Amino acid sequence: MSSFLARAKSHFPQGQDLLTLVAIWTVLITVPFWLPLLGGYTALASKVLVFGLAAMGLNLLLGFTGVLSFGHAAYFGLGAYGAGLTLRYLVHSTPLAMLAGVLLGGLAGTLFGMLIVRRRGVYFAMCTIAFGQLWYYLAYSWNDFTGGFDGLRDFHREPIGFSRFTFDITQGETRFYFFSLAIFAAAVGLMGLLLRSPFGRTLVAIRENERRARFLGIPVERHVWMSFSISCFIAALAGTLYALLNNFADPLTLHYSLSGYFVVMTVIGGMRTFWGPLVGAALFVMLQDYISSMTVNWMSFIGVIFILVVLFFPRGLLGMRRRTAT
Amino acid sequence: MWQVVLFNVTNGLIIGAFYVLMALGLSLILNLSNVINFAHGNFLALGGYLAYMLSPTLGYWGALLVSPLLTALLGVAVERLMIRRIYNRDPVYSLLLTFGLAFVIQDACRFIWGPNGLPMGLPDMLAQPITPDLFFITWYRVFMVTIVIVTVVGLFAFLRYTRIGLRIRAGTFDLETVATLGVNVRNLRTFNFAVGCLLAGLSGVLAAGQIGLNPNMGDDLLMPSFIAIIVGGVGSLIGTLCGGLLIGMAAALTTVFYPAASEAVIYGILMAVLLIRPRGLLGEEGMFS
Repeated sequence: MSSFLARAKSHFPQGQDLLTLVAIWTVLITVPFWLPLLGGYTALASKVLVFGLAAMGLNLLLGFTGVLSFGHAAYFGLGAYGAGLTLRYLVHSTPLAMLAGVLLGGLAGTLFGMLIVRRRGVYFAMCTIAFGQLWYYLAYSWNDFTGGFDGLRDFHREPIGFSRFTFDITQGETRFYFFSLAIFAAAVGLMGLLLRSPFGRTLVAIRENERRARFLGIPVERHVWMSFSISCFIAALAGTLYALLNNFADPLTLHYSLSGYFVVMTVIGGMRTFWGPLVGAALFVMLQDYISSMTVNWMSFIGVIFILVVLFFPRGLLGMRRRTAT
Repeated sequence: MWQVVLFNVTNGLIIGAFYVLMALGLSLILNLSNVINFAHGNFLALGGYLAYMLSPTLGYWGALLVSPLLTALLGVAVERLMIRRIYNRDPVYSLLLTFGLAFVIQDACRFIWGPNGLPMGLPDMLAQPITPDLFFITWYRVFMVTIVIVTVVGLFAFLRYTRIGLRIRAGTFDLETVATLGVNVRNLRTFNFAVGCLLAGLSGVLAAGQIGLNPNMGDDLLMPSFIAIIVGGVGSLIGTLCGGLLIGMAAALTTVFYPAASEAVIYGILMAVLLIRPRGLLGEEGMFS
């Protein structure tokens, strides 16, 4: 019993980590109540949550396995389209739509991952970009089914639960925010557990020294594949939430620009930190929202942000803190 | 019917020629610097716009010559100021950097020359069809393909027979050894990047005469160029050449029979290559894996 307690205690976050954890969850839970006072809107907070989840999923691969995917928008978008198409053509059920979207995006990633696990570095990235664009073209040109360039409309999220236990997420942005937060918490908790498990440690070992990991008998390809697959499932989950949030699936959610946004969110927040991508997503989404409301030349500003981050800020916000702490 | 087929074959040749020019430039930069240049399509657009700006004073032929050189010069500036700084870092940074650069250049083009398409004037003799029978083949198309062939042959001769070309090829395989042998690798990479941009600029001028100018004219060529490189095999320029021609022709021939699938065919080829021959048609085993 006491050893169990000791173990539980050693796993329990301490010091700065605990502070970060408390701060992040406090902000996440209270944000719908104070963001409107600052001139924001709750849907923006939901957007941060959704993009943050996708970026955290990507970070499992990018930051913790050290493998660069530049095509995660594909799985995010497939999740969105999977949910949207299910709601529009098959059943009016939010959970089933989410399940369909997650399976569509996740399985596509899993299958494609098998083909490219032996590639590394920029070549891996290039394969992911090229394959990701396939789905963009598909959504773009399959007009009758997907709505083409205009995106998939004519569907909306449905209340969850049955009879007396119904939680109506269709009304009010705050309700949907808390629904997303619950999903986010579950997915992030799962990722946290995964990263603490031997599997997660193995991923970090591969990142740190792939050759050494291989000599120790670790099946590197299988681990990279699993990591890729899990991160695709999480991106797809975030994608389903995005479709439900907007009641709309946009072909641009499949475009490689969005993959670039995910990567830059991860880097802004700090690639090798757990919460970095969420912080990066918050900064990036708010900045983009603000800049695009101010000027038509928002693309330049976003581009300059990319360049500045790379040249002067490569460790990201939380990464900087970690360096000063050690 | 034969006219339709012939039309699409010439189309395929021309599209393939553009893929080849783009992909060769990208491939050069990728091989020596390990950088995927997302902004390559925007260098193409810049080349086109520069020609548009220069042609009233220099005439078409002057612009055709000068604008790729100016694009290359811009490439030198970009490489020296930014890309050089991230050579020894994780590839994620080079991708993000060129990605941001692509945004900036595209927006700058839109800001300077406007969001709408602009026509590029051609000399009268090039705008004529070669015979009334083959009304769809203008001299311009013949001219484009000729220029591309001359450029590609010139590039390969340059890489094969000059000292710098030899160093670039050697650097593709083992840059460290090349550096140890006393070659200034920094300058070599800058020069190589400039050559890549020169090719992009040239394709920009040529494309402007065919489809006109708009700020995102290079975007549609970027993805097929990536695929051409993967299909041909990373590390092999001949492979890139074959890959570009292959997917250009495949897309054009599919257009004859089933236009909606012309993009899908390119991706089909990509998947087939990744499945059956992951290193690409002419790729070296073990490169980038």
